[in-house]
Amino acid sequence: MADIILEARNINKYFHDPVDVKVLSDINFKVNKGEFVTVTGKSGCGKSTLLYILSTMDTDYEGELLIDNVSMVNRPEAMLARVRNEKIGFVFQFHYLLNEFSVLHNVMLPGLKLNRYPIQQVEHHAMEKLTRLGIEKLANKKANQVSGGEKQRIAIARALINDPCIIMGDEPTGNLDKKNSELVFDIFKQLAEEYKQTLLIVTHDQEFAARTHRRIQMEDGKIIPDVH
Amino acid sequence: MKLLISIARSLLLARWRQTFIAAIGVTFSITMFVALLGFMQGLNEMMDSLFLNRTPDIRLYNEIKPAAIQPVQLSPDYHSDHHFIHSIKATGHRQEIYNSIAILEALRRDKRVAGVASKIVMQAFFNEGTIDITATVNGIEEYQESALLHFADYIVEGDASSLEKVPNSIILGKALAENLLVNVGEMVQLTTPEGERFPLKVVALWQSGIQDFDKVQSFTSLATAQKLLGKTRNYLTDIQIRLKNSTMAPILAREYSRLFNTSAQDIDTLNSEFETGSFIRSLISYAVGITLLTVSGFGIYNILNMLIYEKMDSIAILKATGFAGRDVKRIFIFIAMSIGIFGGLAGLILGFLLSLAIDQLPFHATSLPTMKTYPVSYDPFIYCIGGAFSLISTYLAGWLPSRKASKIDPVVIIRGK
Repeated sequence: MADIILEARNINKYFHDPVDVKVLSDINFKVNKGEFVTVTGKSGCGKSTLLYILSTMDTDYEGELLIDNVSMVNRPEAMLARVRNEKIGFVFQFHYLLNEFSVLHNVMLPGLKLNRYPIQQVEHHAMEKLTRLGIEKLANKKANQVSGGEKQRIAIARALINDPCIIMGDEPTGNLDKKNSELVFDIFKQLAEEYKQTLLIVTHDQEFAARTHRRIQMEDGKIIPDVH
Repeated sequence: MKLLISIARSLLLARWRQTFIAAIGVTFSITMFVALLGFMQGLNEMMDSLFLNRTPDIRLYNEIKPAAIQPVQLSPDYHSDHHFIHSIKATGHRQEIYNSIAILEALRRDKRVAGVASKIVMQAFFNEGTIDITATVNGIEEYQESALLHFADYIVEGDASSLEKVPNSIILGKALAENLLVNVGEMVQLTTPEGERFPLKVVALWQSGIQDFDKVQSFTSLATAQKLLGKTRNYLTDIQIRLKNSTMAPILAREYSRLFNTSAQDIDTLNSEFETGSFIRSLISYAVGITLLTVSGFGIYNILNMLIYEKMDSIAILKATGFAGRDVKRIFIFIAMSIGIFGGLAGLILGFLLSLAIDQLPFHATSLPTMKTYPVSYDPFIYCIGGAFSLISTYLAGWLPSRKASKIDPVVIIRGK
């Protein structure tokens, strides 16, 4: 059996405002190391909500979540922040770079926070990631001086800086044109194939999902049993 | 921590105009606080010196009053009887302090006493042509009187120390000298209550600032006063005591009164309303200063709140990528504190400069001949308080917004897009 990076056990989630609504019910699945998994489903099916729970940012749920075989239930906020920093890389639909910093500094930030390597080495790693994604020329530009597609690639470089166990993406191509979507998909593909990087991507783009290793389909807060 | 500081600095610089204005608010309030308190304290010190400096902490003297315990009460034969003695009158009770040499000796040995100045108070007539002017002649030890009670500060003409050097010399109140039509270096005729006439040389003029006082006061040396009265060297009517710690005055006054069997008057009972005035003036200036700081605190609060709303996305992404709530809180507290530190520091410097400027303004008070410009205090305490207040108020102003920032739920922000 392959190493399990992420495991969800019987996860239920309610929204309490204005009335109690069950948005996720009995979610069970595992993600193995090196897998490229997508979660798809229609708008409002709860896939983003699930991702926020899996990412430890949302702690208001029932059930159990294990990341790298460690339970994330009832952990202090500071510890969850540490887990996000160390083990999870994020790519959002909207780039979310800090405009005050240069591209290079944006990529370095989670690495500096982790504080495992000296600054020079973090900088070296960051340059390496940027080079791998073909955007090393942008390193010294301000984050608000680059294009949308470039921003998303910078965000991917940032997600990679601490060599996370898993990269999570919330509609990473949702805001990009065809060409850039393709580019981002190719990067993900390459990460999965060449670097054995585990990826968990939420998307409503069926075409995108079809080309990944595994597709988890959701409807009305439930996982639809495997189609294949 | 270094990382958090660098993030805080970037956020600050991104909004440097607002930050700058917030810092100006702090600077302005600290400047005003320091200058106002310095000025107020300077004035207080001047007011104190007007009166308190010239008043000894404790004055020992003999009051002319009937003895509290009459001889009949001392007799054991009449102990059980009812005494009905009406209209008791004071006898020719002497104003002299008994055993003065021994008392002075004891006081000089007392560790709590900073200094002692003995004094003789007597009445005399100054003769000018056909008229006689009644005035008080104070026999003083000029050196002690200047050291302990700032006597020399109130000499407007001539030299106070001549009193000890020139035999048969006198210092006249300025108004008295004008009435007698004499100047420094001229002679005055003086008649004692016993009818003796003495010629004395005027060596200096004295001005207290209170006209009625200046009209009736004159000073001569202790030896001259004893000679005028025809008394021996141990004749004294007053012993003035300066204490190391003047707050002890009421307690020590009672102690000395009992020990030396004299009347004793302490500075606190004499000047209690004076202290109240000083206290209220300080209180008002502190209140104004704190109000200014509170207003600038709200300025900081506003700017931080704005910054947090503006940087909601950045905060969300910081949290998503592994910054804990307390890291975010520290970033914003750091922003608030750097506004406080730089604004406060600039305020202290500007406040000092403003104090220097006030210190240059001309100010003449007849009561204080040594004063040429407005009095300003540079007490380090004011600066410490100002600095501490700027830090405390900015911390408090930063605390709420930082807490809000630390509580921001990244999910809400990221979802909201």
